[in-house]
Amino acid sequence: MTLLIQGATLPDGTRADLIVHNGVITERGSGLSAQSATVIDADGLQALPGLVDLHTHLREPGFEQSETILTGSRAAASGGFTAVHAMANTSPVADTAGVVEQVASLGEQHGYVTVRPVGAVTMGLAGERLSEIGAMARSRAAVRVFSDDGKCVHDALLMRRALEYVSTFGGVVAQHAQEPRLTEGAQMNEGALSSELGLAGWPAVAEEAIIARDVLLAEAVGARIHICHLSTAGSVEVIRWAKARGIAVTAEVTPHHLLLTEAKASTYDARFKVNPPLRREEDVRALRVALADGTIDIVATDHAPHPIETKECAWAEASFGMVGLESALNIVQQTMVDAGAFGWSDVARVLSVTPAAIGRLDGYDAPFAVGSPAHLTLVDPTARSVFGVEHLHGQSTNSPYLGLELPGRVVATVHRGVPTVLDGVLRDPAEVAQGAAVVAHG
Amino acid sequence: MTTLRHLLSTRDLDRDTAIGILDVAEDMADVARRAVPKLPVLNGRTVANLFFEDSTRTRLSFEAAAKRLSADVITLSAKGSSVQKGESLKDTAQTVAAMGVDLVVLRHPASGAARTLADGGWIDAAVINAGDGTHEHPTQGLLDAYTMRKSRHGDASRGKDLDGLKVTIVGDILHSRVARSNLWLLNTLGAEVTLVAPATLVPTGAETWPATIRHDLDDALDQNPDVVKMLRIQSERMNAAFFPNDREYAREWGLGDARLARLRPDTMVMHPGPMNRGLEISTAAADSDRSLVLDQVTNGVSIRMAVLYLMLGGAA
Repeated sequence: MTLLIQGATLPDGTRADLIVHNGVITERGSGLSAQSATVIDADGLQALPGLVDLHTHLREPGFEQSETILTGSRAAASGGFTAVHAMANTSPVADTAGVVEQVASLGEQHGYVTVRPVGAVTMGLAGERLSEIGAMARSRAAVRVFSDDGKCVHDALLMRRALEYVSTFGGVVAQHAQEPRLTEGAQMNEGALSSELGLAGWPAVAEEAIIARDVLLAEAVGARIHICHLSTAGSVEVIRWAKARGIAVTAEVTPHHLLLTEAKASTYDARFKVNPPLRREEDVRALRVALADGTIDIVATDHAPHPIETKECAWAEASFGMVGLESALNIVQQTMVDAGAFGWSDVARVLSVTPAAIGRLDGYDAPFAVGSPAHLTLVDPTARSVFGVEHLHGQSTNSPYLGLELPGRVVATVHRGVPTVLDGVLRDPAEVAQGAAVVAHG
Repeated sequence: MTTLRHLLSTRDLDRDTAIGILDVAEDMADVARRAVPKLPVLNGRTVANLFFEDSTRTRLSFEAAAKRLSADVITLSAKGSSVQKGESLKDTAQTVAAMGVDLVVLRHPASGAARTLADGGWIDAAVINAGDGTHEHPTQGLLDAYTMRKSRHGDASRGKDLDGLKVTIVGDILHSRVARSNLWLLNTLGAEVTLVAPATLVPTGAETWPATIRHDLDDALDQNPDVVKMLRIQSERMNAAFFPNDREYAREWGLGDARLARLRPDTMVMHPGPMNRGLEISTAAADSDRSLVLDQVTNGVSIRMAVLYLMLGGAA
């Protein structure tokens, strides 16, 4: 299959035609033509390298009422993603080679995105014994990111061993930084508002203390470490200090922490219940500054689908989490690009190049270069629309943005040369699977 | 005075609405003194008490109030009901609403449950929050304000607020929905509120609240308060390192006999009940002439009659 993309604006601001053949960018220039190619008119569209999410919950196996690898892959493609890292908190937990290989191969069959399984750091996420990290790293899934996400690896000795052992295989531990005792029963950011609402507080120090400990551990053992979903201004300061010291730490922020504040909790609408919780206005500001200046390396969605009944209830009884794959790019455009904090080349960096590098995912280091795999997305930055359930393509609808007017629209997504979104419409599963199979087998 | 569609918190009550409720409660108290203490105003209306958490006192008070207004009352307590089998708030409320209920009195262990029920669009009935987690307990706040006003102004209470009244609330502010409902309403009515507790039991950010925060009870009593309101200490707090043990708590923050003796004869001593005698309040204090604990119970019925009447009476 051949694609001719005409007149796209690349992240560096130049304009180019691209020809994609057999999954690879084969030509880049102007006035290109190709016989029997599918032509995509990209005039006025911003081209980005295929987006890479380092933090996705696909729920399969075990929680298919929330999401499956297929539905989550479709949600991802519709949001411009071509690769997602699927967190390990499935049932069974992704703590063996068998589970991660199954997840990866289902992703491959469906073809919308590259599904990279994240391996659990500890068996059953129980925080007691290391999982079979070596077997997962050497499996066909070639796992490089290990995380107990949803739970913190809180035992200091176990964390030290995990950092060391994972480094043996060139991987990275992605830490969910949450001191468990300081957050027992926690429901929302701790502060005057949580006190007024009578919701148990999740204090910033419970995140910051773990990050401080873990960057020092990483330094001590000479390992790299990644911090999931930074949410506080204090965490930013710790990361800034650690980077200045030369510690090999990377950090992510979610779109929702870039936009929303704890004030959303005041109506007890559980769509806004998430872990770590929405924080204060000053935290949002600090996170944006840190993302712009590189202290925070990437944006990751923490896409967390949940069925309706787990959100239609009293706040304390509701599940934590929000879906985010379909809206991530819109939120980054609104909070960073349109706000003048950074440009589209930075979007390419924080949503594609750097997350791929952290996850040791090949094929994303030289986007739009001839010979590179064709993972790309085309965005219309001038579009605006009210975000509705019709924008959601996963199994669940627990989005905090429903009813908000957001900028940007994904017009096309191309995964390894196969269009998964064309003319703003998600393509049919059979077409995508067939296209992926053709590319995979030459 | 705004119309009362739901009663979810005292924080949303403006001064006129609050005084209006207290004034109607005066009328309701007069009814209670009649030979037949009953009014036909809510004849044919149905009130459902949904109690997802045990509270015999609050439930009985709402039942008595509804019955004195001639409403039909159905009560669902968590114990022995399908609630314990995991039925959700939504399903329980819809089930009860399908039986033709005009108003739901909800007690729930989760903060915000009453607001979620009122906003959810699941039922048409009005909602009274009878205590939600550690958030609010607005009828308790109202009955306390009523009790203070009555004690200060007696038969001349109608139309008055609590201007300048010095109210000191002592104990587990952190977990107390009563303290929160007290704080907002007393502030709206012009009282000066002091909160006294060890730092472990003062909520984060309470310095932004319209109250003076103190840690030393004796210093607080030196300020010559008009009202000393003691809060219940729940036994589970002692296991969570909020304070070392009950003896130390009683010494530092209990209203014992020595502290009682320092109060003016007309200082009001209050407690929302049930009391831990010997812990936050001594028997002498609880049973003294200054104690308004039983007045609070009596006034609770009047306040709940007033709220039910204002929410349901008009549309009958």
